[in-house]
Amino acid sequence: MTRVFMKGCEAIAEAAIRGGCRFFAGYPITPQNEIPEYMSRELPRHGGVFVQGESEIASIYMVYGAAAAGNYAMTSSSSPGISLKSEGLSYLAAAKLPAVVVSVMRAGPGLGTILPAQNDYFQATKASGHGGFRTITFAPSTLQEAVDLTYQAFEYAQRDRNPVIIAIDGFLGAIMEPVVLPPFKELKEPPKWAVTGKKGKMYHIITPATANENSQQAFNLQMEKLYRRWAQEDVRVEEYRVEDAEFVFAAYGTSGRVCKSVVNALREQGVKAGLIRPITINPFPYRSFEKLDPDRVKAVIVAEMAIPPQLLYDVRVGVGRAIPITIVRASGGNIISQKEAVEKVLSLQKGEMDYEEII
Amino acid sequence: MLVSIMIAGFGGQGVMLLGRLIGECAFEENLHVSFLPAYGPEQRGGTANCTVIVSDEEIAAPVAEELDILCAMNQPSFDKFIGKVKAGGTVYINKTLVNADKARERDVEIVEIDADNLAYQLGTVKVANIIMLAAFLATAKILNVDRAREVVLKKLGKKQELLELNRQAFQCGLEQAEKTS
Amino acid sequence: MKKLYSRPESLNKSASGFCPGCMHGTITKITAQVIDELELGEKTICCLPVGCGTLGLLYWNLDLVGCAHGRAPAVATGIKRSRPQNLVFTYQGDGDLGAIGTAEIIHAANRGENFTTIFVNNSIYGMTGGQMAPTTLVGQKSTTSPTGRDPALAGYPMNISEIIASLRAPAYVARFAVNTPANINKAKAGIKKAFEIQLRNGGFTFIEILSNCPTNWGMTPLETLDFIEEQTMKQFPLGIFKEPEEEIDKC
Repeated sequence: MTRVFMKGCEAIAEAAIRGGCRFFAGYPITPQNEIPEYMSRELPRHGGVFVQGESEIASIYMVYGAAAAGNYAMTSSSSPGISLKSEGLSYLAAAKLPAVVVSVMRAGPGLGTILPAQNDYFQATKASGHGGFRTITFAPSTLQEAVDLTYQAFEYAQRDRNPVIIAIDGFLGAIMEPVVLPPFKELKEPPKWAVTGKKGKMYHIITPATANENSQQAFNLQMEKLYRRWAQEDVRVEEYRVEDAEFVFAAYGTSGRVCKSVVNALREQGVKAGLIRPITINPFPYRSFEKLDPDRVKAVIVAEMAIPPQLLYDVRVGVGRAIPITIVRASGGNIISQKEAVEKVLSLQKGEMDYEEII
Repeated sequence: MLVSIMIAGFGGQGVMLLGRLIGECAFEENLHVSFLPAYGPEQRGGTANCTVIVSDEEIAAPVAEELDILCAMNQPSFDKFIGKVKAGGTVYINKTLVNADKARERDVEIVEIDADNLAYQLGTVKVANIIMLAAFLATAKILNVDRAREVVLKKLGKKQELLELNRQAFQCGLEQAEKTS
Repeated sequence: MKKLYSRPESLNKSASGFCPGCMHGTITKITAQVIDELELGEKTICCLPVGCGTLGLLYWNLDLVGCAHGRAPAVATGIKRSRPQNLVFTYQGDGDLGAIGTAEIIHAANRGENFTTIFVNNSIYGMTGGQMAPTTLVGQKSTTSPTGRDPALAGYPMNISEIIASLRAPAYVARFAVNTPANINKAKAGIKKAFEIQLRNGGFTFIEILSNCPTNWGMTPLETLDFIEEQTMKQFPLGIFKEPEEEIDKC
């Protein structure tokens, strides 16, 4: 275990290498450039391969090829670049190929700004590409969490033969914090399904296609089974001071951190505040919201760096109609205002409620 | 203890490095620390700033809506961020470029360091940030100055000439801090 | 008794589903023969495109990777860089390689990736029903150029081999055809040479093969062979556009 003071993107790249990543392909886009830069420097030292692709599209298909050959492969990008990678993500899911994709969210839509945001929640959890596939999507809020989750992401990807997304915002990519780096994992032989050359007459096929309606439906059912298993076994969430809370924040990533400060500030004023912070934004911790006691919890406050809100949808599914939901928000590179969040709760306490409808 | 610090100035004044070095020093003391550079168009020649938070507990929000300490290396940064400094907070200014008159009536302590001029005298304006850093370390008393000097010099230079220059700048900053206090 | 001719080991025993008279079967066969002759069956990884070549998933007896439309060169890059000990080739058509996948093929070639591309150029999108391709000849009819390709609207056919050969990195770039037995033999020799260059880490090798599409050209198979000779080759002359220097010295 090594304790270091590292920049977000670089720590994530280092964690990936320690987690077994030996192939990285990427394309420049702010604010994730430090990941490919770090990989180009460090991967060759560990016998790995870095390729700068001619586009985001080419990069994710290089990852597709490396994964097919049994390599632990990764790519990273930011919002418009992730849109371009979405075709490849869908193909990875269809061909049952493991890969790790880091999405460093910036403000959008379109070219938007290069500043941090959480506008790509839907993209990271629901619609990363066509065909209705899902990924395990981690949304760390500290650098240590980002390092630990990236390190483990490769195992999840290999276990499920499915891409894993690490969704962070530009703040976490740029921040420097002390982190403890995990040890280097021992590299494994390519899995049995990988294309390494046929053995006798037995050959491997990696294909994103199915033969007919029945085999396609069988594939979809198989995937659904996997997604159900995630919901049962792989949900990760931090419930912070929720036990007796009357006002419960729902926030992830950087917004999750800000809300933790807000909860602490409110508690110091005697207000019973708490925070549910999804660590996997897919599978989503619906259960944490379902079990909130409507007799005790007066409001759930969704805090996200996205306008219009997106996390709100999943929170609504979890909370139902029993508890009012309201929001605190920012976008474009702005961060959630702690002051505004505190004032929101104080006004809620006075009974001033503005219900947030899903639009 | 939770101290929020903002360093701001022109791109090219070594603002990010200054902030990062405070972060490195806090890291070496096993404190909780976050260094958040404001990235974006401003890093290309405009005003640049970064936020450093040092604490003995886990740091939740990595940004500060109110600052304990502002270190302003130029006038636009001073004007922009002086309003964020808490009552009772401290403002370090690069006196060569910053006029702090606006803040005189506020409940903030102002530490004026003639950093650019002093750096010129040492041979290059580039070390103004190191002079400010040392002055900050000596007066803020959040971090151990001797250990910080070691960390800073280790991080800054392998080349002997640069090492000597940075050593002088650091020393100069300490002396200035003594004069102002 | 000596067996003189049999189905290549590198192909399955399944019947071909290519349209009657389509030369994809021939190109697939000669490639499989080369792999057999070089005893590379257990070493080869084949990247298949989207298009008629996708059907290769059913025919090849090799490790196979199905790729998205146009992306096979990027996929092959990932595979070959991960497993340099394998023989890697992409098998792509002209819509896949010459339109949607232009960036991928040009940049794989420009990086000098050490794999081989077999580019089947039949001047049309076959699988999707005969739409105009970047390689469709001027005046040639397709379902999206019903009165024939008009250069004023659709530009001129793209000579991909010549474009690739203009780059510095590629090792071997050549165009063949499969409209006569003699041309088939030359194409096979070209494929063999490309694989041999790859095996000695010689860099990127690109084999274009002029082919036909009786179904979408609206011709009998025999007519298509004449068309290749008389029309296609005018736009796409056969030849070697680039080869390793030591090979040139030998000549």
